[in-house]
Parts: sequence; C-alpha cells; structure tokens
Amino acid sequence: MSLAATTGGLAATAPSGLTGRGAALAAETHGFLSPTGVEIAFLLVGLVTFGAAIVTVTTRQLVHAALWLVVALGGLAVEYLLLTAEFIAWVQVLIYVGSVVVLLLFGLMLTRAPIGRSPDADSGNRWAALTVAVAAAAALVWVVVDAFRTTWIDLDGPAAGSTQATGASLFQNWVLPFEALSVLLLAALVGAIVLSRKAKAEPTGAAGGRGDTPGPARTAGRALAGGPAAGHGTPGRTRRDGARADARTDDARAGRQADNAGAGDKAGTEGGDR
Amino acid sequence: MHLAYPAVLSALLFCTGLYGVLARRNAILVLMSVELMLNAVNLNLVAFDVWLSKAAEETLHSGQALTLFTIAIAAAEIGIGLAIVLAVHRNRGTADIDKLRDTAEGHGTEDTDRDALTAAEAEKAEATA
Amino acid sequence: MTTTTLAVLVPLLPFLGAAAGLLLGRTAPGFVRPLAVLPTLASLVLACLVAARQGGGRAIDAATGLTPTGSVPIELALHIDGFAALTAVLVALVATCVQIYSTGYLREDPRYPSYAALVSLFTSAMLLVVYSGDLMVLLVGWEIMGICSYFLVGHYWETPEARAASLKAFLVTKLGDVPFLIGLFALATDAGSFRITEVLGAVASGGLDHATPIALLLLAGVAGKSAQFPLHTWLPDAMAGPTPVSALIHAATMVAAGVYFIARLLPVFEASRTAMVVLAVMAAVTMTGSALAALAQDDIKRVLAYSTIGQLGYMTGALAVGERSAAVFHLLSHGAFKALLFLAAGVIIHASGTNSLAAMSRMRNLRDRIPDAYWTMTVALLALAAIPPFSGFFSKESVLGAAEHVVGGHTEHAPGAAGWTVLLAGLLTVLLTAAYATRLWLLAFRGQGAEAPDHGRQPIAMNAVLWVLAVPSLALGGLVFRLLPDWFDGRDLTPTLTTSVLGTGVALVGGIVTYATWRHTTALAARVPLGAVAAHPEGDAGQIEAEAIASHAPAYGDVAHAPDPADPGRLLLGPLHRPAAAGFHLDAVYTALFVRPVRAGASLVRFLDREVVDTYVRGAGALPRWLGAAARRAQTGNVQTYVSALLAGTVVLAVAVVLVATGA
Repeated sequence: MSLAATTGGLAATAPSGLTGRGAALAAETHGFLSPTGVEIAFLLVGLVTFGAAIVTVTTRQLVHAALWLVVALGGLAVEYLLLTAEFIAWVQVLIYVGSVVVLLLFGLMLTRAPIGRSPDADSGNRWAALTVAVAAAAALVWVVVDAFRTTWIDLDGPAAGSTQATGASLFQNWVLPFEALSVLLLAALVGAIVLSRKAKAEPTGAAGGRGDTPGPARTAGRALAGGPAAGHGTPGRTRRDGARADARTDDARAGRQADNAGAGDKAGTEGGDR
Repeated sequence: MHLAYPAVLSALLFCTGLYGVLARRNAILVLMSVELMLNAVNLNLVAFDVWLSKAAEETLHSGQALTLFTIAIAAAEIGIGLAIVLAVHRNRGTADIDKLRDTAEGHGTEDTDRDALTAAEAEKAEATA
Repeated sequence: MTTTTLAVLVPLLPFLGAAAGLLLGRTAPGFVRPLAVLPTLASLVLACLVAARQGGGRAIDAATGLTPTGSVPIELALHIDGFAALTAVLVALVATCVQIYSTGYLREDPRYPSYAALVSLFTSAMLLVVYSGDLMVLLVGWEIMGICSYFLVGHYWETPEARAASLKAFLVTKLGDVPFLIGLFALATDAGSFRITEVLGAVASGGLDHATPIALLLLAGVAGKSAQFPLHTWLPDAMAGPTPVSALIHAATMVAAGVYFIARLLPVFEASRTAMVVLAVMAAVTMTGSALAALAQDDIKRVLAYSTIGQLGYMTGALAVGERSAAVFHLLSHGAFKALLFLAAGVIIHASGTNSLAAMSRMRNLRDRIPDAYWTMTVALLALAAIPPFSGFFSKESVLGAAEHVVGGHTEHAPGAAGWTVLLAGLLTVLLTAAYATRLWLLAFRGQGAEAPDHGRQPIAMNAVLWVLAVPSLALGGLVFRLLPDWFDGRDLTPTLTTSVLGTGVALVGGIVTYATWRHTTALAARVPLGAVAAHPEGDAGQIEAEAIASHAPAYGDVAHAPDPADPGRLLLGPLHRPAAAGFHLDAVYTALFVRPVRAGASLVRFLDREVVDTYVRGAGALPRWLGAAARRAQTGNVQTYVSALLAGTVVLAVAVVLVATGA
C-alpha cells in the first residue's frame, strides 16, 4: 500500500518539476551558486568517479580498465556514504570492488587478454556509439535537470540508509523478494557450473562421438563394481586423457573461476543477510 | 543537497557505460561497462530513496532494498556472463564481439552470381523460342 | 425419302467417309479406298436424284434452328434451287472422278489415307456451301475448304515449294476472308437474318442500308477464294500440290465457291453500281492478265492455273453484267473441262517425267504413249478455246452475249461501262486463250527430238476418268443450253450471232497465229537441247510429279519459266514475256508493299519489346534487388551495431515523447 503511495508521489513530483515552477517546496531558498559542503564533496567525488568511468571505457590497456573500474566503483561507494546510505556503501565495496572486479580480472586472464596497449580495443562502431551516448546523455541530463533542479534532499537528522533502517525495512517488507532472490542466485550458480561443464564436454564429444554420453554412467558402474576403494573420477580421467590437454586445463580454470563466482555470490548474500 | 547532483552524475555514468557497451570490442570490457550502467542505476535508486524517506511521511526504503537486489543480481550476471564469454573464447579462440557474426547476411556474392546466371539463361531461352 | 433428307445426306456422306477414313487409315488400310470413293459416289447419285426431283421448279427450303443465337438467328438451312442442284451435281461428279483418279495417281503414297480423307472432307464442305441456305453455315463450309486446301496443297511438304505454297494459299485466302466475315455480319445486321432467302427478300424490299460497303467487303472474300485480281497470286503457286488436288480444288470447286456465292447473292451486289463496276474491272484485269501470264508459263500446270484464273474472270464478268445464269453455266462447263485438263496433265507428267513444256517439246511421240490423255485433252483444249461445238463455246458465248446485251442497253441490271469492259476484255481473252491452248497442245503433243521415255501404261482408273469427263466437255454446252433457262432464271442462253462469229473468229485467229509462230520457232528447238526428267521414272505418278516440281527451279532457274528460244509464247509476247512469266511481278510488288513493312514492323516491335518493355521488367526486378542488397548490408551480424541503432531509436522516441508531453 505504502509502496504504491511512494511511487505515486514520485510520479506526481516529476511532471510538476517538468512543467517548471510547480509545487513551491521549502528548498526554494537553496541556490546552486551557494553550495553546501556536502555538495562540494559530492561534486568532487562525482568528477573523479565520472573521470574514472570515462577512462574505463576508453583506455586501450585492458587491465587498466579493470583497475579504473575499481576507482569508479569506489567513488560511487563514497557517494553512497555522502548520501547517508552507509550499508549500501559497504556492500558496494565488498561485492563490486572485492569480488566483481576480481572476477573480471580473472576473466581477462583466462581469455588471454594482452597486457599493455592493444590497438583494437575499440570496434569500428565507436563513432556511432559516441553519437548515441552523447545524445542519450544530453537528453537524460536535460530531462533530469529540468525535472529536479529545485528538489532538495534533507540530509540532516537520522541517517536514511543506516544498517538498522535498511535491515528493518528489508526483513519487514521485503522478505519474500529477498528469499526469491536467493533462489535466483542458486540458479545462477548452477547455471554457471552447467555452462562450464557443457563447454568441457564439447571437445570430447566431438572426438568420441556417441560413446561419450554413456561414459559417466559406465564409469560410475565400474566404480561401484570395483568397490569404494577405487578413487572416484580416476577411470574417467584416464579414459579422456587422449583428449586435448590444454583444453582440460582451461576447463579446470573455468571451473575454479565458476567456484569463485559462487563464493562471491555467497559473500553477497551473506553480506545481505548481515 | 540538490537532487540534481546525484541524478546528473547517474545519467552521465549511465551514458558512459552505454558508450562502453556499444564501442568496446572485448566482451569482458563490455561486461565492465554493463557494471557501470548498473551502478548508475543504483546511485539513482539510493538518491531518490534518501530524498523520499525524508520528504514522505513513511517509507518502505524500497530504493535501498532494490539496490541490494540489483547488486546481487549484478553479481550473478557477472558470473554467468563470464562463463559464457569463456565458453565462447574456448570454442572460437576469441572474445571479440564483432567477430561473432554468425547472424550476418553472408551469401551476397553467390546470390548475385546466380541471378546473373538465371538472367543469361532466360535470355538464351527467349532467343531460341 | 424426301428430297430434303436426300439433300442432307449429300454433304453428310463424304463427311462421314472422311471421319471414318481418318479413324481407320492406319489400322485398316484396306478400307481406305472404298471409304474414299464410295461415299463420294453415293453423294453423286444422291445429288443427281435431288437435281432430278427439284427439276428446276420451286426452290426447296428447309430450316431447323438448333439453338437460339440471339438477335440474329442462325439456322441449319437448305436452299436448293436450280443453281444449287446443278452445281452440286458438278461438284460431286468432279470429286468422284478425282477420288477414283487418286487411287491410281497416289497408289504408293504413304499419306494416301489422310489425303483421301481430306479430299472427302473438302467435298463435303463444298457441297455444304452449295446447299446451304444460311450464310453462317455457308461460312463454315467456306472455312473448312480453306483449311483443307492448306493441307492438300502442302501434301508434298518435304519440298520447300509446297510448304511455301500452302502457307501462301492459306494466308492470301484468309486475307480475303476477314473482310468477307465483316461483310457477312454487316449484311446480316442490315437484313436481320443470316438466311439467304430473307436477305434476298430484304434486298428486294430495299431494306439494305449499306449496300456498297457490304458488297465490296464480300467481294474481297470472293476475290481471295476465287483467285481474282489482286488476290489471285496463291493459285499458280498452289500447283505445288498433287494434280488431282489441283483438279478438284483449283478448277472445279473451291475457286468456284466465290463465283457461286456472288451468283446466290447477286441482288445484293446489284444494289450497288459501284460494286458492279469494281467487279467488272476486276474481271477484266484478271482475264487479260492471267491469259498473258498463261502464255508465258513453262510448267504445264501453271498454264492451266492461270487459265483457271482467266475462266473465273469470265464468270465474274458475267456476274458484273448481272447475268448469273451465264456465270453458272460457264462454271459448270468450265468445271468439267478444267478438271479434265488437270487430270490429263497429271497423266502427261507421269508419262513424260517432267512438268516442263520446254522439255516436252523435245520429246517425240508423247501422244502415242498416252492416247487417252491426248484425245481427251484435245477435246478439253478445244472447249477451253471456245471452238464450237464444244461446251466451252456455248458457255463463253453466253457470257459474251450477256455483256453485249448490256452494252446494247437492253437491261437495267448493270451499268453500260461494266458491259463494255467485260465485252472487250472477254474478246481479247478469247484470242489469248486460243493462243495459249494451241501452244500447250503443240508443245506437249507435237514435240520433236528424242523418243519419249516409256514409263508403262497409266492405271485404268486414271484413263477411264478422263473419258468420263470428256463427255460433258464435248457435249454439255450443246445439249443443255436450251434446257438450262428452265433451271436458272429463265433467261435465254442461246448464242447470239454477233458474239458467236466474233468470238469464234478471234479464237481461230489466235490459234492460227500461234501455229504459224510455232512452225517458225520449232526449228530452234532441235538446236537448243533442254530438258530434265524425274529421277524415279518407275515410281507412281504422285512421286514423279513431286520430283518434277522440285527439280524445275534447279534445272531452269525458276518455277514458272524456262529459257527456251523455241517457245512460241516468247515470240508472241515479245518484251511482255519476261514479266508475264513472273506473273507481272505482282509477288515482288506485294513483297515490297506488305511483306517488308510487316517485317520491319515486327523487328521494331521486337526491338521495343526487348529493349524498352523488358527494361522496365528488368528494372522492376533490379530495383528490389538493389534495395534488398542495401537492406542486407545493414545485417552485419555485429550485435553492437544493432544495439546502437536500437538505442538511437529509443533516444529519439524518448525525446519526442518528452517534447509532446511538455507541449513544446
């Protein structure tokens, strides 16, 4: 009920802002030419964040892009803090800076991305992309500024995004979506593993043809017949030894990396739980 | 603080990510740009949540809750995305998006050749008739 | 059986014979000859019965409407008066003779079954034309004759001459048939009926509004069918067909159909003085021109063909002076002696192995090899030259007498100018006819040089037929010219003294002059050896004729002409000989006037079609192809391009929505 009221209020605010001097709020007295200290800090950190983001999408050194992404995400965490959303800020640091970027770096390494400047980091689509991006930015900034230039955020009083407030809201009003999200994360975990495994089965399938499909079952059967003493998985590995060795190492890395992703996810959920 | 500051920053970050998605060749760089776009949305959500939690009488903190969900989903997305990219890389030896052109219209020359051939045949048939 | 039933059976029997012959031709070859001869013979008997019962009395009219046909009814109608009855007898007689003759003439021809069936079908169509009382039914027979003529002229389709001749015959007669058809429709619209009796009734009551155009249109069809100037050029070339076909189609029946048609509808033509004058001029030009051409031809059958054109000119001349009794009288006698001439010519060609008069004039004793043909042909030639008392004399004198009658101003039927034209041209043609008849006889039978080759006796079927036809050629005119007025319009057909003396004298002059010339030139014949004969003298007559026709152009340089200095015609004609041999170059004129422009137009149309119309067609194909290629270039397969386009569109749409929402 109250959610509907909130979105309704938002919807009511936006057109009034668009049409210009609509509802005369109390924030009318605050001008852009006399910024508060928080605003100055936000502006500076925002500039750094935006610059880092620009460098991220333009640099020719792939690893540098990942590192500049760390700067941009960290800057965003600072912005969350400035907006008094401290819990979100820490989650941001933990998940994005801690795991996502690490994952991306792993990905770069696994795809054998070149270290140093690569001349072809940008595709030929660059100018079209720039046009679209600038046009979108102009349109968005114009609309947003036109709509919200008089809206004032009152940052005084109790922090709006404190852990307590967030936690209370999350577990009072958002329990069901939260649990659903855990299912989604589980699905993603399973999906990542399946993708990796399927990719592993592909080359042997191409080499061995149909014989591969009953392979694991037969292996399991022999393991069962041979008794529990026989190390599980060993016969399968010897059987497939003829396949490509480097493909298998790739697979192994991918599996590990998928595990990592799972760990990251878990960290995320755990963080959310806390 | 004026709401315009985070809103404008969010819009700029979003468009930066957009540019990255459209212009970058390496699939992992594209994933990074997607992260940037997601974070721009997150910033928007947080800023509006803070504003509404003060301006409105009571709030569900929906913005912050949604931000958390987005972060979680983004983490899942990056995991799946990387798995896909790696699979592609393993199968095709490249992670460059603009080399994955299986859906391209690829039989142009052959078609025009066949058209020319049929035209010549029609001409001949007409001549004999 | 009633007379009407008998009359229906007359055209029906040959038709059934033709159908049965076509069906059984391959499976039962033994039945082909009886099926060819017996139905025609039966219809001859029936036609005689019908003629006897009709007896020159009131016309027999019978009609049945099979189905309603709108505002102008078409009925299966019979209209048998004296003209129809006697013409049918002639047609059936000639057809029977030709069928009997063909059994011998084409006895080894592999295509004899289809040939015989087509001749039967042709006979049936001609009898239909003769008996029909409805113009539409008449037209059916008329067109069937056209197509049968095409097939029969092209019987030796292995030779290019026969193919070209059959096409030419078909196209030229069709050229006349198109205006003929329009004229028939106009006539029926004016008269309100296709029935001949009602049309004539409408004419008598002055109900014809457009007499002159109708008459001229019908005249075009008649000119095509009856080989009158300027549509006569197909007939000499049609001699590429077998000789019996020439005898049947090009002497007695099909070419007579046009004359017979005018005779039936003469009041329609008389309603327009213009048409009568045109008819007279046409007849005069046809008569004299064809007689001159006949004097120069080397192919014996082409001589007879031009002679046919000339005699048809007499008939149209008689019609031009409004005397249809004389026209049909001449039609009957001419049908008999011209069929005889053609059939005898077939015998001569068989015996001598050549169709060239120049070659025959260098053969001794040809007349002793073929006494039957010699005597009968002499009779027929005397009839052709209008020497009394042969039948041609009486019929021709009736024509000349009718013309003189008009000139004397004794009748209202025809303008005096027409009478003068016909009379003078007729007398001139009598002279020329006697000349070429004498020339033909002298060259064919009085040759000197090597002994004629002995190809054995002709089959009895061929020789017997000649004697059968010799009887009417000899005696028909003298016996019946007193009886015929009872059958016809009642006008007197007795020769008048003036025209008889004039005509006979002129004819004798022509013959004697030719004889004198021949005596003069015959010494040359021994000096210039000339001649080519067929390669297979032992084959049947049809094969020899086909080879003779095919070898004439290679041997003498032309199908119609031979460079023979001993030819009396060359001396008689002088400078006219060369154009006369070529038919006065009418074919060349037609080529220049019609064939070349049509070909140029066809190539222009081809050019327009290929280069102009096809350009649009190709353009219609090329434009979508180019558009498709352009659209295909957008399908790069690069996902980022797609997303760029998608987002660009989204931005544009979003901006548009915002602008609309804010009212900007």
